[in-house]
Amino acid sequence: MQNMLTLISNVFRLGNASKNVGTRMVVSARSFADFTPQASFPIKKCDLHRLEEGPSDEALLTREQGLQYYRTMQTVRRMELKADQLYKQKIIRGFCHLYDGQEACAMGIEAGINPTDHLITAYRAHGYTFTRGVAVREILAELTGRRGGVAKGKGGSMHMYAKNFYGGNGIVGAQVPLGAGVALACQYQGNNQVCVTLYGDGAANQGQIFESFNMAALWKLPCIFICENNKFGMGTSVERSSASTDYYKRGDYIPGLKVDGMDVLCVREAIRFAADYCRAGKGPIVMELETYRYHGHSMSDPGVSYRTREEIQEVRTKNDPISMLKERMLSNNMSSVEELKEIDLEIRKVIEDAAQYAISDPEPSLDELCNHIYARDPPMEVRGTNPWVKLKSVS
Amino acid sequence: MASLRSFLQCNFDILRKTFVILFVNVRDALNQAMDEELERDERVFLLGEEVAQYDGAYKVSRGLWKKYGDKRIIDTPITEMGFAGIAVGAAFAGLRPICEFMTWNFSMQAIDQVINSAAKTYYMSAGFQTVPIVFRGPNGSSAGVAAQHSQCFAAWYGHCPGLKVVSPWNSEDARGLLKAAIRDDNPVVFLENEMMYGVPFELSEEMMHKDFVIPIGKAKVERQGTHITLVSHSRCVGFCLDAAAVLAKEGVECEVVNLRTIRPLDVDTIEASVMKTGNLVTVEGGWPQYGVGAEICARIMEGPAFNYLDAPAVRVTGVDIPMPYAKILEDHSVPQIKDIIFSVKKVLNM
Repeated sequence: MQNMLTLISNVFRLGNASKNVGTRMVVSARSFADFTPQASFPIKKCDLHRLEEGPSDEALLTREQGLQYYRTMQTVRRMELKADQLYKQKIIRGFCHLYDGQEACAMGIEAGINPTDHLITAYRAHGYTFTRGVAVREILAELTGRRGGVAKGKGGSMHMYAKNFYGGNGIVGAQVPLGAGVALACQYQGNNQVCVTLYGDGAANQGQIFESFNMAALWKLPCIFICENNKFGMGTSVERSSASTDYYKRGDYIPGLKVDGMDVLCVREAIRFAADYCRAGKGPIVMELETYRYHGHSMSDPGVSYRTREEIQEVRTKNDPISMLKERMLSNNMSSVEELKEIDLEIRKVIEDAAQYAISDPEPSLDELCNHIYARDPPMEVRGTNPWVKLKSVS
Repeated sequence: MASLRSFLQCNFDILRKTFVILFVNVRDALNQAMDEELERDERVFLLGEEVAQYDGAYKVSRGLWKKYGDKRIIDTPITEMGFAGIAVGAAFAGLRPICEFMTWNFSMQAIDQVINSAAKTYYMSAGFQTVPIVFRGPNGSSAGVAAQHSQCFAAWYGHCPGLKVVSPWNSEDARGLLKAAIRDDNPVVFLENEMMYGVPFELSEEMMHKDFVIPIGKAKVERQGTHITLVSHSRCVGFCLDAAAVLAKEGVECEVVNLRTIRPLDVDTIEASVMKTGNLVTVEGGWPQYGVGAEICARIMEGPAFNYLDAPAVRVTGVDIPMPYAKILEDHSVPQIKDIIFSVKKVLNM
């Protein structure tokens, strides 16, 4: 046992000390008992608005959690990159707003709420669609417009739904009153659930958001308003769009938190704090997640006309959410390079299979064209493009 | 005298139910419909400006807050886009909201939530997400409220797939259609008329039953006729019946069709009537261009009833102007009974 440990520590020492060493000693048959089961990490303190106390400045991460967060964030990353590839091959068309760079937000939020809680976001929604339980293949097949897509090909990138996940919304800001309404339903039904309502820095100036703040505060709705501030609303930087860029303070009379959105643990602790606050009946809370998107606003936007490649590269090297988690886990012996590589390979396979499915699955049948106009109604006739074409619609 | 008055006031409710049981005005019909549906299903709730403590801007929700309290009857701030969106979100999450617009003119502030968030969602989600919501309020012209408060939205909302759009005329319509709308799992735009609120109509015992519903999407022939079909909705149905009474004295028998529903349009009933009478005049309060009447005429052209027309179908509509204020101008901006009579005679070449 002692020799085994010496061997292992030698591998690490050698490996870390000299990156140019050609030979590497691969240790096989690692026992998982060798890994650290959990560790505590200091996290950035949140800026507070109208709050005496904020989330803890320390986060406990178990090995299982770390692996799960890694797996989820890496899956979202790979899925978005695959979508990029498919879009450039013209297999995906129309709008495609990618989430890579922001994975810690979606993962941190999901880690801090329950599956029975609710979530609604805007159009940069693929990450949340996944964390809320939709399989990668159903997401990609929706992007490619096939019948196996989560919305049977009828919704597209911006209109994917799942249990307790209300999309996917195309109109900037409209999802915020909707989210407050979901929170109203939670309060009405007395089920102790909360609604996480997301919007971007671009949407943060929308009047309907302030209308929602007012009613949520007035009626103490269990609504967590979250501004994902990725510094740009399409091509407009926050300095050029907002008289106040302190988005966590924009709720005015509503308490707010400013959170490092690139750190999944920071996000998780913050959302736990916020959810507890709402569940205690104290009313809504506003969170600002400082984050960054590597892609442009959408696939039509190269994303370099309003920011420099250097800036993007800097975030990638210094602040990438997945790298940050990986670094933490490795340096605390909570996982190994090999184990994480294995996970990467598994994810690659999942994504490849999903992409294959998304390419080969047939498009929706034309019989589907007029379905789902009305719910729970008898079949009806729908006018086609000319008076002689009478199409059938079923619920 | 004073004691009689106080006796009447104390017992007004009982007296109303005893003596006025057969005559219910549209306002009370709407009120009773909501009351019964609130009682029947605890997921139903009402929100809007002044609906609770004020008893409703037009008193349509009178007494409901007293009976059901703050949870079920919610006064909102004057923020249509916000509260309409909140109502739709509540519908997403399993409640059955009734969202009142003080008038449908104010719905323009919230129209994105009605169309993009409510109407289209069932389709975009391929049947996953239902939106069981009713948007209701007074629509169309009132009296002396001028241009910004007098628009008819039947054509605008009737244009959109995914919505049901309903326009009751009398108390029977109001009661049966509102109950149907609240029980419907789809977003329903419910267009009332302020001028009709105070008008009493006879309601049969069957209509007073708490499960009395009128199917959405079905028009009603209010008056049988043989010479010409008049198709209308909301308040203008009454004008058509009045015009028909006058024309009957001259030997012209008008068939009056009350659309009841703007979308889905009951083309079958209209066609059957036109195939019987051979002539068609549509009557509406809204503007002519791209309106309800325009749609009806187009459908008749495209369908089997065209071959039965003895003359082109025409429309009687509001004048194509923003609503003026002065009474004489306002009176001449909306279809009057004489306009209907005139058009009928023109179509019949009398």
